[in-house]
Amino acid sequence: MEVNPYEKVWMGITITAIILMLIATVMAGFGLGVQLPGASQTVDPKKLSSEPPFNQPGVYEVAPGKYQVIMIAYTWAFNPNEVRIPAGSEVTFKITSRDVTHGMLLEGTNLNIMIIPGQISEITRRFDQPGTYLFVCHEYCGVGHQAMAGKVIVEP
Amino acid sequence: MINRERTFITFQVGLALAALLVGTLLGPFQALEHSKIDLYPLLKPLISNYYQGLTIHGVLNALVFTTLFIMGFHTFCTINGLNRRLKWFGLAATGLGFMVLGFILAGTTMFLNQATVLYTFYPPMKATPWFYIGLTSLIVGSWMIGWSQLATLAEWKKENPGVKTPLITMGCMVNTILWQLATLGIGIQMLVLVIPWALNLTPATDALLNRVLFWFTGHPLVYFWLLPAYVSWYSLLPRQVEGKLFSDPLARLSFWGFLIFSTPVGFHHQFADPGVPVVWKYIHALLTFLVVIPSFMTAFTVIASLERAGRKKGGTGLFGWISRLNWKNPSVSAQLLSGLIFFFGGIGGIINASGSLNLVIHNTTWVPGHFHLTVATATTLTFMGITFWLVPHLSRKNLKLPKIALASTWTWFIGMIFFSLGMHWLGLLGAPRRVPFSTASYDHPSWHLPQALTGIGGAILLVAATLYFISIFATILSKEKAAAPIEIPIAEAEIEPSHTPAWLDYWKPWIILAIILVIIGYGPILIQMFGNINAVSPGFKVW
Ligand code: HEM
Ligand SMILES: [Cu+2]
Ligand SMILES: [Cu+2]
Repeated sequence: MEVNPYEKVWMGITITAIILMLIATVMAGFGLGVQLPGASQTVDPKKLSSEPPFNQPGVYEVAPGKYQVIMIAYTWAFNPNEVRIPAGSEVTFKITSRDVTHGMLLEGTNLNIMIIPGQISEITRRFDQPGTYLFVCHEYCGVGHQAMAGKVIVEP
Repeated sequence: MINRERTFITFQVGLALAALLVGTLLGPFQALEHSKIDLYPLLKPLISNYYQGLTIHGVLNALVFTTLFIMGFHTFCTINGLNRRLKWFGLAATGLGFMVLGFILAGTTMFLNQATVLYTFYPPMKATPWFYIGLTSLIVGSWMIGWSQLATLAEWKKENPGVKTPLITMGCMVNTILWQLATLGIGIQMLVLVIPWALNLTPATDALLNRVLFWFTGHPLVYFWLLPAYVSWYSLLPRQVEGKLFSDPLARLSFWGFLIFSTPVGFHHQFADPGVPVVWKYIHALLTFLVVIPSFMTAFTVIASLERAGRKKGGTGLFGWISRLNWKNPSVSAQLLSGLIFFFGGIGGIINASGSLNLVIHNTTWVPGHFHLTVATATTLTFMGITFWLVPHLSRKNLKLPKIALASTWTWFIGMIFFSLGMHWLGLLGAPRRVPFSTASYDHPSWHLPQALTGIGGAILLVAATLYFISIFATILSKEKAAAPIEIPIAEAEIEPSHTPAWLDYWKPWIILAIILVIIGYGPILIQMFGNINAVSPGFKVW
């Protein structure tokens, strides 16, 4: 097949760029510890109020400096909708939905996860900077979607 | 062209433009809402809230307009490329009937506020069954039209052994095959999961499995929207700028590349989903990067064709050729401006595709900011450019108000720059998508400037859409017939089809390869998910 020499150079550049992007993605994933949510536990949304852990939503200190947040998303709020923790804590969120699909996005971080009924979303992040951070539902979940929000308060 | 086929294509293109008219006019309401100018009270009682309007905008634009227009364009390129009538015309006409039925059902249920579930309709949110039946009917109808086109091609191939399929037909038919393969996901989702559940035949559904099947179709959908634009950029645009296609074989190779790489990549829409194993997310991220190869090849070939045309007409220097490109022709200007916008869209797409960066912008306004550069401009503005010769060709009338048509392309371009700049920026600041900000329970001072840019963009886009439809309506309604038939601008190639290696026109191996990649990319995980189906969600009406 006739291929123009410039085209060959161009394809070389393309393939190099792809290889670099792949390396960057894999490094970010494994090397720098950016974690994507993966295989998860399933749960029956009808039994949330009767079975642990979701029958007692809240913020729990599980070890010094380590917290677990048990959270339920429902139309149109989060429970709890305020998470208070001291600066320097490592927080694991365990979230599920009681009804439709929701999402959670915490401002200024890459804490960004879908909340799907039947699945438990689990995500861990460290909070070092004191302040108040807004989190919002970022998946359409009905006419109250724009009112579904909460805050993480990191105390000095 | 024979009258039967002309009428058939006219119906598809006409209905597509009707969907675009209604769908797009809602866009500026949304954009102005984002800058806190709430004009929705004007739309009452027709549209009762932001989300109802957004559902109509998404479905009519992204599903109805695109699919109908593409079916019409594919039909056009099949019969004009092969120079023969459509085989199995009855089947194709039935298919169009199904599509019209789907349009009516989906449209009515949305306007009656019975289906405010957005165009992604993620169960367990539950609309009236007629909405899902409508969308399914739209897709099934498009399959039938596709079968009729493929039968036409097969017959032509049998009669013309050893002759290369004309490029406009080849590109469109690769897209038809891509569509048949891609819509298996949503087809299974609708027929096996959603419709029985919406009819209360099954009590509960699996929300995650629904998402997986939706995005099985949802990503290749993007290429289904783009390939007809590429057909136009490769095979028609060079002629419109008085040049030639740079290389026929490379154009074909890139179409095959899109077919094989575009389907097994849907998990990159689900990087943030729980329940999808990380390995699968990375496999799909890898395959997503491979689509970059045919995309960059397309960029090279299209730009090379344009550059040669510009130089032949006396353009000099590094960029001098650009100014020689028939910018006064609205069809050319529409396509060149789409290409320019698409360049930025492509860069954003690479960011979306890399897992870790994706977590910053997933489901923020960045995402609609991105796809208004791709589907709402690269595709839509190119289709608008195509209509500037196709509508005259079909109606046998010259394009009326060409200056207004030209102005619509530039205002669309400028409006989209403001709009998407605002939306991308707002997304980086953490503003969620699908939110009417004027009534949200939260706000941020840093959001106000990008929100204003979004609104300004929306207002300019309203002007653009209005100018476009003025020119199109003026053409359709005018009484003067054109003196001579309106030319179909099909370009010749510099490296001609006769130099194209035969393997680039063997269809079976490529199709088999595409199917194998889909089986590898989705087979194991789908078997696992259907095996452990987690159907725990009854339906919810949340509006
Ligand atoms: C006049 C031009 C347009 C403007 C001003 C506009 C504006 C918007 C805005 C502001 C959003 C809402 C974002 C949100 O709430 O998250 C949106 C969503 C969307 N637009 Fe457009 N749009 C236009 C044209 C188009 C076209 C031509 C298409 C496709 C062919 C399109 C496809 C979509 C889709 C698929 C969505 C997503 C809906 C959803 O999130 O469910 N738009 N548009
Ligand atoms: Cu929500
Ligand atoms: Cu929501």
